[in-house]
Order: sequence, then C-alpha cells, then structure tokens
Amino acid sequence: MLEVRDLVAGYGEFHVLAGVTLTIPSDGMMALLGPNGAGKTTLLRCITGLLRPRAGSIRWDDTDLSVVRPHSIVERGIAMVPEGRRLFARMSVEDNLDLGAFAPRTRAGAAAALERVYALFPVLAQRRTQLVGALSGGQQQMVAIGRALMTQPRLLILDEPSLGLAPRVVEGIFTALADIAQTGVAIFLAEQNVRAALTLARRACILESGRVTREAPSQALLDDPDVRRAYLGPLA
Amino acid sequence: MTILAQQIVLGILIGGLYGLAATGLSLVFGVMKVLNVAHGELIMLGGYAAFWLVTLGALDPFVGLLLTVPLALVAGVVLYGGLFAFVVRADEERRVKNSLLIGFGVALALQALAVKLWTADERSITTSYAGSVVTVGPIAIPLVRLGSLVLALALTVGLELLLRRWRWGKAIRATSEDWQAALLSGIDVRRAYLLAFALGTGLAGAAGTLVAVGYSISPSIGLEWTLKALIVIVLAGLGSMIGTFVGGVVLGVAEAISAAVVGGAYREVVGLLIFFVVLVVRPQGLFGKS
Repeated sequence: MLEVRDLVAGYGEFHVLAGVTLTIPSDGMMALLGPNGAGKTTLLRCITGLLRPRAGSIRWDDTDLSVVRPHSIVERGIAMVPEGRRLFARMSVEDNLDLGAFAPRTRAGAAAALERVYALFPVLAQRRTQLVGALSGGQQQMVAIGRALMTQPRLLILDEPSLGLAPRVVEGIFTALADIAQTGVAIFLAEQNVRAALTLARRACILESGRVTREAPSQALLDDPDVRRAYLGPLA
Repeated sequence: MTILAQQIVLGILIGGLYGLAATGLSLVFGVMKVLNVAHGELIMLGGYAAFWLVTLGALDPFVGLLLTVPLALVAGVVLYGGLFAFVVRADEERRVKNSLLIGFGVALALQALAVKLWTADERSITTSYAGSVVTVGPIAIPLVRLGSLVLALALTVGLELLLRRWRWGKAIRATSEDWQAALLSGIDVRRAYLLAFALGTGLAGAAGTLVAVGYSISPSIGLEWTLKALIVIVLAGLGSMIGTFVGGVVLGVAEAISAAVVGGAYREVVGLLIFFVVLVVRPQGLFGKS
C-alpha cells in the first residue's frame, strides 16, 4: 500500500500538484485519470523519485519515499513504465530487459523473471537480439513493460502505455496488464483512454488541477453522469 | 611521393594518440554531459607520472602503464568526488557551463602546479630502443610510436568491450542514452558517473604515458590535447569508442597531408577546418547516431 499525503510539487515557479492525497492499494489495478496538464506525470515522477516534492509525504513500507533516491525506490519494489517508453534504443531487446534486473535484490531471480516476460510477450523472445529501435511501437511498449517487470516490482506504475499505439495493439497491452495484475502485482495506470482504463481497473481516481477530485470504484465512475460528460463524451 | 607516404604513416601514429585522448573525453561527455576541459592536463599529468617512473624507478615506460593507469583511475575518483560530483546534481543545460568553469580552473591549477614542481622544460622519455625503426620499403616507422599506436588501439578495444560486456559498462551506456530511464531500471546513476569519470581519467593517464614515450611533454601541452580531443569527438560523434579512435587517426592523417602539401604552418588549421565542416555537413559526426 502506497500512501500519498498532501503532496505539493512543481517545476521552477510552477506548482503542478497542489496537495495530492491518495492511497494506492497493495493489489489490483487502480487507474489515474484526468485531463492533460492535471499533474498525472508529475505525481508519478514524485512517486518514483525522479522529482523531489516540495511538501507532503509518500509512504511505502514505513519509509518516506520523498527522500529516497530513485534507484533505491526500484530496489524497494516500485517500477515505472515511463511515458514514451524511454528504451535504450542502441541496445538489444535482451540488454534492455537485463538492465531492468540491475538492482541487487533482483539479480538472483533475473533468469526466472526473463522467462516470465518472454512467456507474457512471446514475440520478444523471437526478437531478443534485435536493437529495440527496429521494433514496432507495440513491441517497444512490451519491452518497456518487460524491463519494468524485470525489477520484480510489487507496484507497477504505467504512464500512458497506450499513447501512439493502434487500438488492436493497445488491446493486447491491456490484456497483458490484466494478466500481470492476476499475479499479485499492484498496478497504478495513468491513462487517457478513460473507458478502457475504467473497464480494466477496479478503482480509479481523478486528478484535476493538481488535486484529487474523485476516488471511487470504477463502476461508480462509469455510472456517474458528470464523469461520463467530462471524460467519455456526449455519446457515451 | 615517399615523403608524403612517410608523413601519412607518422600521421597515423600520432592520430592513434589523438584517438585515445578523445575516447576518455568522449566517455565523460557522453555519460555525464560534462565537458572536462582539463582532460589535456590529466594527459599531461599522466605523462609526468610515466616520466618519473621511468627516470627514478627505471621502469620500462610501456610496463609503467600498469602503474600510471591505476594512479590515474584513483585521481579520477578523487577529482570526481571533490569537484564534479557537485556539477552532475545540476540539470543538463547548466552542467556544461558549470563544468567549463570547473574544468578551466582545474586546468590552470594543474598547469601552475606542474611548472612549480617540474619547471616548464620540455621532457620526453628515452628508452634503450628509442631510436629503433621498422622499415617498410622506403618508409621508416619509429618502434616506440608503433608500440604506442598498438597499445592505444588495444586500450580502445578494451574499453569498448568493457562497455558492451561488463554489467556496469552496460549501465554506463544506458545512463548516457537516458539517465532517467537508467534510474527507473534501478541503476545508481551517480555511481555510473563516477565509474565513467574514473575510466576517462584512466585513459588520459594512458594517453599521457604514450605521449611522453613517443613525443614530449611539458606543463603547457594540456590545452593542445584537449583541443585535439574535442576536434576528434566532433569528427567521430558520440557513442562508439572504436569510431572515436578512427576519428583520431583521420585527424592525424589530415594534419600530415596538409603539412606535406601546404606546409607545416597550417597543421593546426586543418583540424579546425574539419571541426567547422563536420558541424555544418554532418553534425552528429562520422560514426555518431543522430
């Protein structure tokens, strides 16, 4: 369970998060929704240590992550698939995946983790020696998810994994996420595709202008006329 | 024609050292996004370390590499911990500026220190086989310079292998591609910076040793070697150490040809010309990825 409390963060003179309070359960999938610029990526960057918050706390296993360095946060079991995948383009698929198991905790189980990733995405096993730059967008997203899984996380965070991918490819990615959730890994999913996210996730929260404005079971949000109007369009 | 061929051979020999000098600088710049303009001074110090080891310790200079490189590695760790560790905490745009200030400061300080300790005299290492040459037809190849070229190539290949096979080598490459993605993979990026900087300094120590054997050193050679290394990096591009080495050889040959054809006075100009042309025509360099 990850508890974010009164988190304030931003860049330069900009405040992006204006006091975010949120609990991510220790299993199942939770979606993070909200318009562009609401602060979703900023929140995820704070949780993973890439951005230091100005105030507030992020509690995980009785430690405050807001003072822990990013690679140690990975070591503690939180992994993120960043927006835009951010793969090491000059390296092979297998080197990218191997680097996911860099943290000391993960090295012993690396071979087994690699097998699981290849079982989840068999196409990556066929392409293991290719440079990731030569893969399709969907396959690159698989590598990005695979690299995060190689860290053997208890909480997997994904920032817009469907961005720029064809609907059929997105469907495959989401199916894989459901499979991963089945194995007991908690998932926190920031997603523009609101309908798909709410169908997939058990709970969801909505971030607007740097604050969490709603947090509820997905079904409740799907049934809410305000949410439908704002995020699912007039035809929904 | 023979004169030109002889010049080209000498150009290849010095070019290998340009390449080795550049690999260290390129590694540090590629990974840390920090431009260490004191790299030439580190080469100079490596040269003096070798000179005194040979003069006082009666060591063969090539064997001396086994001492100068580890010494330089340690110096790199100290220099990183004392100065550059603070620079990498800044965001990338501010790093280059801060590192230039620090680098120039370090360069001036080291130069002054070297003058104080060892005077401004030019020195070079003489060995019992210093005058030996290998002759290929009409062309004479000085043996020590040939040995230096071979060692420079071996060190470059060794570095490339280290970066491709070693766990931390891969981490260094990952950090140079995308340091945030490296952090998300669980890599301690500051450790990768430290290792890259130490390796870069170690390579400078090796380059300095070879310079002192085949050529000469003095406290003021640093800037010239930093400039050569910079030209080679622009010419070759970032990302491949072998490519950087080849870039050094290309520069050496270009200088040699220009010296033979238009006169020695224009030797330095050709490098700057290459610098300019590459930036206009192929800014990512000959072997760099855009």
